[in-house]
Amino acid sequence: MSTEDEGWRGVAAEEFEDVDHATGVKLRARSRRLLGSLLRPRLRPSLLALAIVVTENLVVLAGPLLIAGAIDRGVPAALEGRPGVLAWCVGGYAVTAMAATVLRYSFVRLTGRIGQDLLLDLRERIFRHAQRLSIGFHESYTSGKVISRMTSDVDSLQDLLEMGLDGFLTSLLSIVGITTVLLWLDVPLAAITLAGFIPLILLVRWFQRRSARAYRGTRGAIAKIIVQFVETMNGMRAVQAFRRESRNENIMDGLNNRFRDANTDALSVMATFTALVRVIGNVSLAVVLAVGALRVAGGTLEIGVLAAFTLYLRRFYDPFDEIAMFTNSYSSATAALEKISGLLEEQPSVPEPTRPTPLRHAHGEVRFHGVEFGYRADSPLVLPKFDLHVPAGRTVALVGATGAGKSTLAKLVARFYDPTAGSVRLDGVDLREVADEDLRRAVVMVTQENFLFDGSVADNIALGKPSATRAEIEAAAAEIGAHEFIAALPHGYDTDVRKRGGRLSAGQRQMVAFARAFLADPAVLVLDEATSSLDVPTEHAVQAALETVLADRTAFIIAHRLSTVLIADRVLVVDAGLIVEDGSPEELIGDGGRFADLHSAWQDSLA
Amino acid sequence: MSEQRTSTVGTLRRLWPYVRPVRGRIFLVIVAALTAMLCGLGIPLVTQRIVDGPIARGELASLPSLVLGVLALGCAEAGLFYTRRKLIARPSTQVEANMRAELYHQLQRLPIAFHDRWQSGQLLSRAVNDLNTVRRFVAFAAIFLVVNSLVLLIGLGVLFHLSPALGLVLLCCSLPLLVISYLFETKFKVVARKAQDQSGDLTTSVEESVLGIRVLKAFGRGPELTKRFREQAQELRGTELHKVRIFALLWATLIVLPELAVAGQLAVGSVGIADGTTSVGTLVAAITVSAYLRWPTDSIGWLLAETNQAASACERYWEVMDEPRTVVGPSNPEPLARPVRGHVRFEGVRFAHPSAEGEILRGVDLDVRPGETIALVGATGSGKTTLTALVPRLADVTGGRITVDGVDVRDLDLAELRRVVGTAFEEPVLFSASVTENIALGSPDVGEADVRQALRVARAEDFVEALPWGLATRIGEQGLSLSGGQRQRLALARAVVGRPAVLVLDDPLSALDVHTEAEVEAALRRVLHDVTALVVAHRPSTVQLADRVALLDDGRIAAVGTHEQLLATNAEYRRLLSTVEDMTEEEVAAR
Repeated sequence: MSTEDEGWRGVAAEEFEDVDHATGVKLRARSRRLLGSLLRPRLRPSLLALAIVVTENLVVLAGPLLIAGAIDRGVPAALEGRPGVLAWCVGGYAVTAMAATVLRYSFVRLTGRIGQDLLLDLRERIFRHAQRLSIGFHESYTSGKVISRMTSDVDSLQDLLEMGLDGFLTSLLSIVGITTVLLWLDVPLAAITLAGFIPLILLVRWFQRRSARAYRGTRGAIAKIIVQFVETMNGMRAVQAFRRESRNENIMDGLNNRFRDANTDALSVMATFTALVRVIGNVSLAVVLAVGALRVAGGTLEIGVLAAFTLYLRRFYDPFDEIAMFTNSYSSATAALEKISGLLEEQPSVPEPTRPTPLRHAHGEVRFHGVEFGYRADSPLVLPKFDLHVPAGRTVALVGATGAGKSTLAKLVARFYDPTAGSVRLDGVDLREVADEDLRRAVVMVTQENFLFDGSVADNIALGKPSATRAEIEAAAAEIGAHEFIAALPHGYDTDVRKRGGRLSAGQRQMVAFARAFLADPAVLVLDEATSSLDVPTEHAVQAALETVLADRTAFIIAHRLSTVLIADRVLVVDAGLIVEDGSPEELIGDGGRFADLHSAWQDSLA
Repeated sequence: MSEQRTSTVGTLRRLWPYVRPVRGRIFLVIVAALTAMLCGLGIPLVTQRIVDGPIARGELASLPSLVLGVLALGCAEAGLFYTRRKLIARPSTQVEANMRAELYHQLQRLPIAFHDRWQSGQLLSRAVNDLNTVRRFVAFAAIFLVVNSLVLLIGLGVLFHLSPALGLVLLCCSLPLLVISYLFETKFKVVARKAQDQSGDLTTSVEESVLGIRVLKAFGRGPELTKRFREQAQELRGTELHKVRIFALLWATLIVLPELAVAGQLAVGSVGIADGTTSVGTLVAAITVSAYLRWPTDSIGWLLAETNQAASACERYWEVMDEPRTVVGPSNPEPLARPVRGHVRFEGVRFAHPSAEGEILRGVDLDVRPGETIALVGATGSGKTTLTALVPRLADVTGGRITVDGVDVRDLDLAELRRVVGTAFEEPVLFSASVTENIALGSPDVGEADVRQALRVARAEDFVEALPWGLATRIGEQGLSLSGGQRQRLALARAVVGRPAVLVLDDPLSALDVHTEAEVEAALRRVLHDVTALVVAHRPSTVQLADRVALLDDGRIAAVGTHEQLLATNAEYRRLLSTVEDMTEEEVAAR
């Protein structure tokens, strides 16, 4: 079980990591589309920024002319006792410097604002989208990857915006400007210089492809690091208790080295590129020098023109460094945008209806109509075709062995998934036609995993109903018997629950989750193993509360404790996705079927 | 930049141990960068000489060698470019990788109390964001901070050599740099730190929104959370814009300084020419040099920004690295006598959470004899889980002691202790790895046969065999998802696989359905037969597994005895374990 062969990871259906050419083109197009859609609303300030940077460059270009004027004319004039010209030139130079400063300042602030607005937009878009995607997506895409999309991938776009853009614009302008000057100075020499563009373009294309690949590697590697990191941090108790530290370090070292190598690769590509650009620039300088010398000797070129030409040529190739830096950041950002756009293109498999049927006040009548369900098209059905009708206000308990399909059935009621065939209806309306807001107000599901969010106990209960007053929150907690323990915490309801509720015991977390559900006051309540961690008196308190609370609402209860099951009006025994027994607890006990066996086994366990 | 406050320098100086192994390379990189810059200055000068000299005079014979000379210089420049970037690539990424590995190492050794206190997003942003900043600093800013300062000094030297007066002008214009750098450091660093912290908070929100997605979906709280996220992101945007404002001001000032120097040189130079103390050629040369110094001066802006961001990123990094590892093995661990008997004693054990007033455990005395199984019963929140966590030292007692075979657990080697004590948590954590890996957890002394045996004991063999790839199937978040009962059985298998002498099980049957519970119970009965075990129990059925029951109440062991004894004699115990029995019998009778 070495870490190199990755056998420890186990076998699973994997996503493809190597990208062929056609896919690469498609990915790049997709990320460009995303970038375009982010920039479009900021077109006006972007154009303004462009105008500012153009003006700044023009102002800066005037500087050397003023210096030349000062030296060539101003100084001799001043020597003759006429300091006016020199004063004008020096003053003019100072003014251009100040103007350049003001323009630069406004450019930096403007592009800073554009960039930050764009990032805000992108962050919100990903966040909103991830929230819209269905549970099925999250279960297969994994949390670490979503997190890396929203963090490190967004950061690399930020790097592009912060570092690259302005140098790139300035460089492009300077290249265009100098090309014009070169053509104006001498066409044949300019032609030689422009011939250098051919290898240059080939080189740029090579660089783009190569660095895109390198950066795709870094994005993939950092995502894996994030996944490993998040998993370790969230399972720290198990890591320490089972001495997994060194094993984890081996794994992390492997990932870390991959990221290091991918980054080194990207930087090496950059090294090759900038060096070759320099070579092209310096070779064309030598060629211009040789050809120019011959032509000067032949009398077809003035020496002054050659001098000026070589000076400008040097400045012509300088900006290519900046462009390389930009292309570098751009490749990194594009690789990130490829991943982000992939996430954004995911469509929720449980989509919100475009024209929802209004359901302001649900009564809670639930009907399964010819429902079939399988998690994947190629896997066997978890729930073969069945019908079920639960009138409003009834409490239904689902009983059956692990993996029988109880939770799946419950998830269909809460619309975590949509049935593969048939429909689940609430008050006669297909759940697929109910607006999310209405659905979530009507149906609330409490599961075994009681995720608590960063914040106070009160905040976590209020998740059930954000508009709740403190009195309502306390009332909900009191109703299920949680008030006592909460009040005994150091700051009562304002006690910080710490990361994932680390301050509370498992049972206490479950109580908070329960209070949350009671506060939400839904028409249909789905409880999936929601009382497994409670001690007996607490569970009893919850049960007592349940009996009053559930009196006027529909409930689906999954519990392996029969004490909880017995409060139901109706029990469904599920086996391999089929409802094999259906009736009131007393009937089923009387019928002597599976439930009766279960009941007697349970009674034995109490004795 | 000698004027940086010691805090920045001090923080960055701590990078040295990481940079030290690659210091030779970094020195070479600095030399290469500096030489490349000098080449950049040399090439136009040489070209100019050629144009003004041989070409102007029509001496074509010497031309080929001269052109080749330019070409050679050009290639040297390109080569230096390549060398600089190529040489720094590996060291900078290596520094980042090493720092991340050490952070990960440290985090895995910090106590659970630390992890409860720290938001995981803040840790993640340190591991990714901040180290990314450090890499950039090592690869670029650190190098050019040195190179550009040197170039500035060389340029100043050349200028003073040309004309002290003109040099003085540039020096005067450079002096504000020091003041600006100081102001910048005090202001920018604070804001940079704020931005990094807010980015960490944002990461926390992101992480919670993803990990808590089921709850958010179940309550339809996505829109509210998105709104809160937006507000946080807007705050970050505000801070970043504040950073931009400071930076823009700095940059604008840095741009104007060299320009003012040139204007000043023009004025002073003209006076000098009028006096006859300066030649026109000197003035031109001085202005050329000053113009060449523009980039090194300009770039100080972003170099300072990068440096300050790196310093505050390091600060954040050291904060975690400096956290004391409070739960560590002793330097001279006491050996456990073989064979390990597994005699666990709690002697006056006290425990209080670090920041909370009031102790949870107030003097727990309990003797778990070798081979005995004790069920730990107590109300929700009474500290049962805390007590079990103290045995494998996931936290340390704040008073009293726990001994295994007479040795204080704090005197044992930590790895040894955790090998002797097997644990199963109530909320089983599975890693994204194969079933085998999840059971063996990479322990070298666990073979596949042991894994199978453990699965059999935990009654997990059948369902594992039924998985698509059997024992090799990846489970956990990035693999196949399992039901609560399945996860709990795997956690149980994990606890028993190393054949530990002591088992600590936190309500190991809570998520099992009645039939499976009976099966696992039967298996457990076999397992518990020859080990010492402390089992947290909520149910009479779990209590049945134990030889004796200990009642935890008000931070102490209130009573110890058999289930029947306690039922008969202890009211609190009756309240905790018999109510359901009574109630349901009534209920069942009533129905």
